[in-house]
Amino acid sequence: MKAKIVITPKKAVLDPQGKTVQAALEQMGHDGVKAVHVGKYLEIELEGDAEAWRPKIDEACHKLLSNPVIEDYHFTIE
Amino acid sequence: MRFAVLQFPGSNCDQDCVHVLSNVLGQQADYLWHKEESIGGADAVVVPGGFSYGDYLRTGSIAQFSPVMNAVKAFADDGGLVIGICNGFQILCESGLLPGALVRNRSLQFRCEHVHLKVPTTDSPFTREVPEGKVLRVPIAHGEGCYFADEAALAKLQADDRILFQYATEAGELTDEANPNGSLLNIAGICNDGRNVCGMMPHPERASENILGGDDGRLVFEGMLRHFEAGAGVGQAAAAAAEA
Repeated sequence: MKAKIVITPKKAVLDPQGKTVQAALEQMGHDGVKAVHVGKYLEIELEGDAEAWRPKIDEACHKLLSNPVIEDYHFTIE
Repeated sequence: MRFAVLQFPGSNCDQDCVHVLSNVLGQQADYLWHKEESIGGADAVVVPGGFSYGDYLRTGSIAQFSPVMNAVKAFADDGGLVIGICNGFQILCESGLLPGALVRNRSLQFRCEHVHLKVPTTDSPFTREVPEGKVLRVPIAHGEGCYFADEAALAKLQADDRILFQYATEAGELTDEANPNGSLLNIAGICNDGRNVCGMMPHPERASENILGGDDGRLVFEGMLRHFEAGAGVGQAAAAAAEA
């Protein structure tokens, strides 16, 4: 069982990495790239009950894995 | 006055801080390993620059869980003087001792250069020795120094006069060109609500001797010293108890 966590920069936070990647995609010749957001992906291998893990992973995301001032997160446990 | 200079795995400005505090200012300065659970009776805490825990996950994010940080939080809550420099600023933000966060420089470049700092208020232990209107010249060295906070937090910082340092021109004007990292409001340093915790990206310890090209940074440490000597450095709770 794994918790799969995706962390992305908040919309209000400037994302210079995303802008640079977007420029590179356009340089490759791709038209129609509206925006790129560079974030993080984490996999945490777990054992035990998925539902019991859910609030713990949420707390870990809030306190350590992401910074709520600048980032949003969502996760699945499967 | 006794300073505790924290050491995390990856701290690399700790020796500079101890050198300035002891050899330049003539105070006692001791290293404090991050696994310690007490600050050992120090009068002030310095969270130095570097790359604590290799900057893994986010800069400063892992250090907040070091045992010593619980002691630092308790010390700060009690009114004790705490200054975080560069990575130390990032750690204090991640620990919740200061609002906001430091994100990747807008240019994506690591910037290592001298900057000029406007000091909007001398009403803090860290800026009280700066002559009114003086623009400081202090070096920066960081890749993640772009200060971000939401609008409400920024408005509160301004309303409470808690912005201590802003990137500026030599004449003290706040311009985009003078802003090396894209910080909102050109913020280079702030303090907490109690005005006893300061975080700043520039390195005052690298500008405390003329042989190193200037000693403007020394004013920051001298301010802490004067504040302590004035009897305010013992912690607000202790001071209140003494008065009662």
